[in-house]
Amino acid sequence: MDIIITGLLLGGTYALIAFGLNLQYGVARIMNLANGEFLVLGALAAFWIFVADTISPILTMLVVAPLAFFGNWIIYQILLRPLVRRASNQGQLEVDSILATFGMSFALVGVMVSIHGEYFTYSYLAEPFEIVGETFALNRIVAFCFAVLLGSVLWLWLYFTRPGMAMRAVSVSTEASGLVGINVPKMSALAFALGGAVTTMGGTLISTFITLDASVGVIFTMKALIIIIMGGVGDIRGAIVAAVILGLVETAVARLIDPGLTLAAAYAMFVLVLLFRPQGLFGRKPT
Amino acid sequence: MSHGNDVKSLVWGVVLLLLAACVPLVANGYWMSIALTIAMFTVLATSWALFSGPTHYISLATAAFFGVGGYLVGTGMSDYNVDFWTMVAIAPFVGAALAFLIGIATLRLSGVYFVIFTLGLAEMIRTLVSWIQNNFTGSRGLYVLTDLTEADIYLYLVGLAAAVYLVGWWVNRSRLGFALRIIGNDETVARHVGINTATSKVILFTFSGFVAALVGALIAPRYTYIEPNGVFSPEISFIVVIMALLGGTGRLWGPIVGVIPFALLQEFININYSNYSTLVLGIAFLVIVYFLPQGVVGRIEQALARRRRSTW
Repeated sequence: MDIIITGLLLGGTYALIAFGLNLQYGVARIMNLANGEFLVLGALAAFWIFVADTISPILTMLVVAPLAFFGNWIIYQILLRPLVRRASNQGQLEVDSILATFGMSFALVGVMVSIHGEYFTYSYLAEPFEIVGETFALNRIVAFCFAVLLGSVLWLWLYFTRPGMAMRAVSVSTEASGLVGINVPKMSALAFALGGAVTTMGGTLISTFITLDASVGVIFTMKALIIIIMGGVGDIRGAIVAAVILGLVETAVARLIDPGLTLAAAYAMFVLVLLFRPQGLFGRKPT
Repeated sequence: MSHGNDVKSLVWGVVLLLLAACVPLVANGYWMSIALTIAMFTVLATSWALFSGPTHYISLATAAFFGVGGYLVGTGMSDYNVDFWTMVAIAPFVGAALAFLIGIATLRLSGVYFVIFTLGLAEMIRTLVSWIQNNFTGSRGLYVLTDLTEADIYLYLVGLAAAVYLVGWWVNRSRLGFALRIIGNDETVARHVGINTATSKVILFTFSGFVAALVGALIAPRYTYIEPNGVFSPEISFIVVIMALLGGTGRLWGPIVGVIPFALLQEFININYSNYSTLVLGIAFLVIVYFLPQGVVGRIEQALARRRRSTW
């Protein structure tokens, strides 16, 4: 029971992070290997401001989100647009964006190491909280609630507004949505910026209950990618289910075997997905 | 490529290799150590480019195979008292087996899955190895004590480089190399003309895993003390990719053109800006991706072709 609830709580935050990457890869078609570094940047901001002034990470998140949005928007316009223009096909863009964001991830790690080279240790809401007779750390529950809240707002926006619909159209087909009068470059930039902001907020949330350091980003990139592939690219429902499964499996492995094996567990799931359902949990086989 | 050209490049290769083998005669300790780093990355980058160059499948897993090689030598010698050369003989096959398994799981699918899988692989194996060390073998320090000098290791690596070049030269001339180039141009076309794309890719990837593990094993005595955090450092994968791209992956000898200047640059950065080395490496990488997409060799060839056209 304890494992299930902790796993669910963790899965909620993972789902939010994967949501961010899903926007970047599904809509803007940028395979962003620097995604985890933006997450860590969010965590670093929370740590920094908390240590300096004991300001709540939740407030930090509200400041970080617009900054991350503009940061990612600028990165897309300056660094990634030229790649989109230069690429002759989807495969070329994938190779180029993988290389470019891989370089960015190292540059960002370098920046963060020079800001703070050690663990981002701080304690926020590390108080016990009781659900159905078992105690959990309050910070995990708060993070989960905010992740669900943010995810729901985004989902409502995507499914019940015109810009949201345009964004979903771009994710289905860039060519066809351009033909029906959607400004694809603008939508892609927006999706990339939004995805980056969501991931960074996820990082701020996750830093309240997991201690991160500057070089840990790649692990979260991996997890987000595994979730997206397991759920199927662009499939939000699939990603949520996949995130919860990953959260449950990781928590179970950490509790029952060893906390050091969570990444190996994530990889094991990845292999199973690749072998048996490479099209995603709910995806249909390509004909 | 005509037959005469092939023989000429082979002769050039032999001459350069002999020159490289003479380096220990003139280099002192400091330059010997740099030459060793260059030899190590030459082998790694060249074998990386053998697979990733023609296919455009970017492998970020070099550190995983390199680390497996180094770690196996360390654990074999410290925990099980096995002889250094026995471990060197075992390590590349473990690396190849690992690459083969990854290959058959991911290379049947689109390239993105492969890249993602290789991205976190070194980190995953590192955590797995730490877990095994903590729970089973118990020893924390892995010592690799041999009487090999840096010059000895350097010569082995030059020999290995020769072998890799020979294999690469042979692959480029063979049906396999031709198949890989078609896969890189258009995988759908490759499949339709009857190329078994998955098998061709797996063979080359397995070879690059074999070589990287062998390099990791051979160079282990240099570090004396093997630590998972060191040998599985993601920076190794990163530097291999950046060096190969800087030189250019279109030609067999492209990567070495990138390895030598970049190794010197890195040495310079480490001495003068050690706090910012990761940042500088990241920026250097971006510069190469944006301004030298074909590498230095590609640029030179473009310029030569342009001149030839204008004088014609």
